[in-house]
Amino acid sequence: MNPSRLLSVLVENRPGVLNRVASMIRRRGFNIDSLSVGPTEDETVSRMTIAVHVGRQQAEQATKQLTKLIDVISIDDITGLRNVAHELLLIRMNAPVGQRTELLQVVNVFLGRIVDIASSTMIIEVTGTPEKIDTFVELMRPFGIKEVARSGAVALVRGDQTRLSPVDLGGDAEAAVPPGLVRVGGGADTTGDI
Amino acid sequence: MIQTRSHPRATTAPPADGVASSAPRRLTGAEICLESLIREGVDTIFGYPGGANLWIYRRLPEYPQLHHILVRHEQGAAHAADGYARSRPGAVGVCFATSGPGALNLVTGLGTAYADSVPVVAITGQVAVAAIGTDSFQESDVIGSTMSVVKHSYLVTRVEDIAPTIKEAFHVARSGRPGPVVIDFPKDLQAAVTEFNYPEEPVRLRSYPAPPAPDPVKLQRIADLIKQAKRPVMLIGRGVIISQAEEEVLELAHRAHIPVGWTLLGTGAFPLQDPMALQMVGFMGAGYTNKAVCDADVLMMVGMRCDDRVTTRLDSFAPRVEHLIHIDIDPAEIGKSVVPHVSVVADARTALRQLIPRVEPKREHAWLTQIDQWKEEHPVHYVKRDGFLQPQEVLEEMYARCHDEAIVLADVGNNQIWSALWFNYAKPGRFLNSGGMGTMGFAFPASMGVKLSNPDRTVFCVTGDGGFLMNVQEMATMVENQIDVKVIILNNNSLGMVRQFQDDFYDGVQSAVQLSCTPDFVKLGEAFGMKAMRTDRREEVGPMLDEALAHRGPVLLAFDIDPRANVYPIVPLGKGMLDFVEAS
Repeated sequence: MNPSRLLSVLVENRPGVLNRVASMIRRRGFNIDSLSVGPTEDETVSRMTIAVHVGRQQAEQATKQLTKLIDVISIDDITGLRNVAHELLLIRMNAPVGQRTELLQVVNVFLGRIVDIASSTMIIEVTGTPEKIDTFVELMRPFGIKEVARSGAVALVRGDQTRLSPVDLGGDAEAAVPPGLVRVGGGADTTGDI
Repeated sequence: MIQTRSHPRATTAPPADGVASSAPRRLTGAEICLESLIREGVDTIFGYPGGANLWIYRRLPEYPQLHHILVRHEQGAAHAADGYARSRPGAVGVCFATSGPGALNLVTGLGTAYADSVPVVAITGQVAVAAIGTDSFQESDVIGSTMSVVKHSYLVTRVEDIAPTIKEAFHVARSGRPGPVVIDFPKDLQAAVTEFNYPEEPVRLRSYPAPPAPDPVKLQRIADLIKQAKRPVMLIGRGVIISQAEEEVLELAHRAHIPVGWTLLGTGAFPLQDPMALQMVGFMGAGYTNKAVCDADVLMMVGMRCDDRVTTRLDSFAPRVEHLIHIDIDPAEIGKSVVPHVSVVADARTALRQLIPRVEPKREHAWLTQIDQWKEEHPVHYVKRDGFLQPQEVLEEMYARCHDEAIVLADVGNNQIWSALWFNYAKPGRFLNSGGMGTMGFAFPASMGVKLSNPDRTVFCVTGDGGFLMNVQEMATMVENQIDVKVIILNNNSLGMVRQFQDDFYDGVQSAVQLSCTPDFVKLGEAFGMKAMRTDRREEVGPMLDEALAHRGPVLLAFDIDPRANVYPIVPLGKGMLDFVEAS
């Protein structure tokens, strides 16, 4: 199984853009793990953070195809770069009075917050990396999960660089291509019929 | 009733009120749409009216410089617009359709244009803004339905946006790697009124930069690779035709003595009778082209995608290549099937112009001798059969009369490959076909656009009996407008290519391929008022063509060909480039 690639995409804030981006990823046969979209400091621009389950070469193809969309301003594959990728979890727990203390201990360890409480349930909010959220959800399971809502990751690259280089158009990487013909997908037969 | 209209090629509109004035005029959205099209140089529109574009048609007669061709099915409009643009560099095809079924009928035509990078602007009527999303009568999600077959699309939501949207749509359609663009135009906005100001300044989109200039370092690397190459081969595609780089290709090929092959869509971009010419490559390409590609040490691909029709089984493609060079304007095509050692993302003509001075003249004698030997060993040929007319004989007679001055527009199937291989194309744009999408039924409606775009040129539409019937309704359009196309039907009463595949690759089981109720094409022509002839005799082919070419106006020529005529060479399904089978 390929690891997830994390794509950070700036798009025109227009109706239908999400449709175009999601449709392009679907059409090229890639699976979206998570996708989040929201406004940026510029009201005409939105940022999408997309986690896709593909290999590096497929991610390159997905990136290039997305770049071709007229409404996509820029796209960075930030997988493996030093980045902050966080998501928000809201989880409604079964929390009868007798269980609450033990539950709250775990929540505290994860720096979570109680954002709603009722007679037998509570909603907990936790933010952090997808892995941290995964772990927290597992720890919650024995207490009885009633509902889960996760935002999917939003991400920015760490450090002073606010914007990376645009999509590599095949430049420097080519020096590393060994002599002889390199076939994508190991040369698997994709020949169509008529 | 036959409508006749003058067909002036004006590019500027007289002011609608007859007064020349620079003050902005207040116009309806429909008028703004038509005025904007004129500003973009449009003179011909293929369309079909309906409830949601009637305000546009209400205003259309006020613009006689816009020649509207009323098709008989919206698919015909999209293909005709495609043909109009495909056959003339710089032209953009325009089609109109109403909402719902009208717009949905465009989809195949848009997909055809998209696959072959043809600039088309489709303007679809849409239900009123307030009714969108309510499942109202003849409402369809045009943006959603066309999303995967267009370069871009727009839903107009304010009357003020119409002019800038049309300007942007034409820019997107014709620039970079061209493609179709849809403008979905709600009915109420067609009637709404606003000031008309056509944007003067060029379109600039931050998310759609101009193609980059070729990188000189990479160009030098290419020149060095050509210098070192012992067995160089160049393959060219439709990108060479779009960027009008044919002279540059010729110059480079002659300078460094590089043999040149081409894709189906690149056919015509390099003169077949040039000493450096190979032939079409790949699945149904010439054996000697495939041999050259498979023996090349440096392979240079220009303006092409390198799809599965070119490579056949990917692991058989170009096994001896040490260095692959790829020049294309679309970065997404670089490294999609094969990974280049040097790639240049740029307009083909620009890149080649800057490359040529860096390339040292050279000639690899042994390689060229080898190529000549393969040409002798594997000529593209066909086998005659007594009592049966061969399709190649028809094409040879056509060529004998028109040489490279005619445009041949082929449909899809065996007729397409025969047309590609049996006409000595010497100029780009003389051979057109739906290469990427492979849309049966494309050629006949598209040929109307080709002829209107090239009124002084002989236009042949070569089609099979299957594909012709797919858009046969456009006979009415062709006759009504007296569009002078010579329609060649290679009739084998079957779906010939499917039949050949079933015979050779599907256990010989012929299933659903016999078209036993093919119409009498002469009577069909008469029914529509189109001159029509038919024969199954070799000796009648020439005289029939002479009569058709002497006739002013469309002619239907049905040739009853050998029902067993196959396409050769062919690489059997699942086999590799060198496993081609030749005629025997």
